[in-house]
Formats: sequence, structure tokens, C-alpha cells
Amino acid sequence: MERAYLPAIATGLAITIKHFFAKKVTIEYPEVKRYLGPVFRGRHILKRDEDGRERCTACGLCAVACPAEAIQIVAAEREKGEEKLYREEKYAAVYEVNMLRCIFCGLCEESCPKQAVYLRHDEFVPVFAERDQVIWGKDRLVEDMNNRYTREAWTKEEARALDLKRANGEATNVVPRAIP
Amino acid sequence: MDLTEFLIKTATIFVVFVLTLVIAMYSTWGERKVAGFIQDRMGPNRAGPGGLLQPLADAGKMFFKEDFIPALANKWLFIAGPSLAMLTALLASAVIPFGSTFRINGHEVALQGVESNIGILYVFGVVALGVYGIMVGGWASNNKFSLLGAIRAASQNISYEVAMGLSLIAILMMSSSLSLGEIVAQQHGGNWNIFYQPLGFIIFITCSFAECNRVPFDLPECETELVGGYHTEYGSMKLGFYLFAEYINMFISSAIISVLYFGGYNYPGMDWVYTQLTQAFGTETGHNAATLIGTAVFFGKALFFIFFYMWVRWTIPRFRYDQLMNLGWKKLIPLAIFNIIITGAAVLFLKPMITAWLN
Repeated sequence: MERAYLPAIATGLAITIKHFFAKKVTIEYPEVKRYLGPVFRGRHILKRDEDGRERCTACGLCAVACPAEAIQIVAAEREKGEEKLYREEKYAAVYEVNMLRCIFCGLCEESCPKQAVYLRHDEFVPVFAERDQVIWGKDRLVEDMNNRYTREAWTKEEARALDLKRANGEATNVVPRAIP
Repeated sequence: MDLTEFLIKTATIFVVFVLTLVIAMYSTWGERKVAGFIQDRMGPNRAGPGGLLQPLADAGKMFFKEDFIPALANKWLFIAGPSLAMLTALLASAVIPFGSTFRINGHEVALQGVESNIGILYVFGVVALGVYGIMVGGWASNNKFSLLGAIRAASQNISYEVAMGLSLIAILMMSSSLSLGEIVAQQHGGNWNIFYQPLGFIIFITCSFAECNRVPFDLPECETELVGGYHTEYGSMKLGFYLFAEYINMFISSAIISVLYFGGYNYPGMDWVYTQLTQAFGTETGHNAATLIGTAVFFGKALFFIFFYMWVRWTIPRFRYDQLMNLGWKKLIPLAIFNIIITGAAVLFLKPMITAWLN
């Protein structure tokens, strides 16, 4: 019976035509971005506190912890009248991350005693074509107070709790940009 | 032949030529779209709305690539290969009846390049020549894989042409005419040949898959065994011509299938539409409108078969070479001969009986 080919071919054609009309799984990337979860490690951000003062005290632990040696810091002492800008008496005058070296392991985030450096869960390092765009200085890293970076879940445990909440349909204030 | 007739014929041929090219061009887009959809993907959608400019982008890419000829290849035959493939593919569309007639200022213009009383033989001859393009190109490449692909193509086309011709004879026995226009006209009023020749249709469509070198019979360009088959050494627009010729062949064979088995431009309720239109718009405009509807129906059928080709391509895996030959020689040819005998018996005995019973 199998040697008659035709019934088997008809079955196969039925399967493929079902897929023809099925919903497509493609996520059209630049237009649609899927939510990567609360613990995704994207680009770095240097946090400010609620008064808008930079948290970083240039202790250099992140630079030491970095396995790729991507972070370079030049420390400076806070002058009088700069209390509004820097929280601690010592601050990072230069804070540079080499995005070509960085492996986004998150060890800087973990080593930071001042909770100053984080890897954003919602933004990638954008594609660059020029070498001068590789090293990100403070101009691109420091948090913008008008557009603060918040993250609901800070640890894996909290992320799991958040996932549970979301699964139970309880509203959370993280708005996924698109879930395909 | 007077001048108006000549001009009209030239214009028809030109229109048929352009139509064939455009349909073949958009078949490449359609193929990729269908492939994507069947595999739960989107297919090309970046160049223009829905990826409609994709064929232009592909052609542009092909033209700008280096036109390379291998050092030890036979230069002239290497160029002649794709040219032949393209030429023979385009020739066949001349005799296909795309619709009935147009009436322009009292002139009756057939929507057919050439009305020939041996139309179907002409198509067969030209399609059979198509293998020369592959054969010449494959040999001239001076590459073992190309040669193997070319030899496969030649033997496959010859094997399947036999069964194809035999399945066609059953049609010819019923129509007692070789003219495509005549065969279509006989299928007027839902009297399609598919109802009389289901077995013949299956044999014919299988053989046309093999003739077009489409999956599941695409052994001449079998990547897993032969690198690229006969076009291994080809690049740039020469490769483009080979691929394009395949799509033209696909359109031609879809059109032939719909002409031979699905009534060409005939559709159910055609006469009613015709009388309505002629009553509403007069004999000239109404007639032309009815013809246009028929042509649209014809293209719908042809496009459906192009879609069917693609649908099958993304469903069935390739045959092994011995399976291909066994299917061709040991199954299809005996079946086709059996079909001829049945048809002959039916035409001789059954038809008079039924006509006598009906009257």
C-alpha cells in the first residue's frame, strides 16, 4: 500500500497546508522586541540615588572583578559645592567600559558595594560600526534622572516570584515591550 | 498577411512574452514566500511591501556579480547552455491559448501567440529541447559533478517524456485534435478532461514535475550528492538564467496542465455570464469583458498549479535515483499504456452506449 505513494503524499500535503495557514512564529526583530526577562544582562548603567547624586565611589572593585578587564576608572575627590552631584567623598571622574571586551557576565554588578553599576535588563549595546563608539564613557553610562532605570526583580528569587505573580495574572508594573 | 494582422500578432507575442517573464519573476518571490509560510516563517518581507521588490533585488544582485568562466571550460558552450535553457523555456508559451478572442473594430484577435494545428506537439518538441541547455552547460563546465548532473537530467527527461507522451495520447484520442485551442474549446461547459482522465492527469503531472526538474525529481541539481549539479560552475546571471528558465518551465507546464485537463479559460456558468455581459455592454465590449474573465480564470488555474508545484516541493523529499527510474519505467509507463487501452475501449464502446442511452 505504501508503494502506491499517493495516499502518503496526500497526507504530507495536508500537513504542509496546515502549516501554511498556521500562525507564524517569526518575531520581526527591529520592529518587535520580545521581553527578555527581569534578569537579562544588557548594557551597563551607572545609577544615581533618589536625589540625583551618582552612587559610584570609584573603589575599583568592579574593575578588579571584571574577567575581561573592560572597565577603567579614574578616581577624583569631591570638591566643595559638588555634594549635589556625588554621594560619596570620592567619585569616578572617568568611568569607561570597553563594550568590545565586555562579556556581560554581571560580575561588576555583583561586586559593587554601592549598588552603582547595573546591567540593564531592557537594552542591548547597540550595533556600532566605528571604533570610537566602542568605549562608553560616563556621558553614555550615567542614569538619566528623567528616564530612570527601574527593575522589579533584583535577584533570581525575586525574579521567580515575579514570574509566579505574572503567571497568576496579578498586575505588575513592568510593561513587556512585546510578547509574541 | 496584411499589416494590421502582423501588428496584432506582434503585439500578442510581445504581451505573452512579457507576461511569461513577469510570472516567472514573481514565481521566485512566490516560491520563497510559500516556503516560508509552509515552514511557519514569514518569507521575504523587507524589500518593498510584502517583499514584492525581492525579485528585482535578486536580479540586481545576480547582474552585479562576477561573470566567471572556468579556465578549462568550453567557453562558447558554457555561455550557450543557459541561453539555450532560457530560449527553449520561452518558446513554448507561444501556442498556449490564454483566452478566447478579443474584438477590436471588427477584428477578431485570438489571445494566443500562434494558433497552430499541432500546438501540443510543438510544446512537447520545445520542452524536450530544454534538456539541451542543461546538457550543454553541464558538459561545458568541465567538472565531474556538472557532467553527472547533466547526464542525470538527460536520462530523467527522456524516461519521463515517454510516460508523459503516452498519458497525453489518451487526451488526444478523446479530442482527436492536436490544436490546444481546439482541445480547450472541446472542454466548454464544465466538460473538463480531468473527469475523464484522472489517471492520465496524475501521470501527466508527475511527469511534468520530472520534466521541470522540480522536487521530488530534482536529482540533476541534487546538492547533497552533486554540489550544485549541472550549474555547479555557474554564477552571476548565467546561474540566474538557469534558475529563471526553471520557473518559466514551471509556468508553462502549469498552463499546459490547466489547458489539457482543467478546461483552460472555461469555467462553469460561462455561457450565462457571456449572455449577461453582451446584453449589458453590447457584442463588442461584452465579448471582451467575458474574454477577460476567462483569461483571469485561466491564470487562476495556472497560478494554482504553480502553487501546487511549490507546495509539493516543500512536502516531499527527493527520490533516490533508482527509485526515480523504477517509478518512471516500471510504474508510470505501464500505467499510461493501461490508461490508453481503457480510454480506447471507452471511446469505442462506452461512448456510443451512453449517447444511445441519453437519446
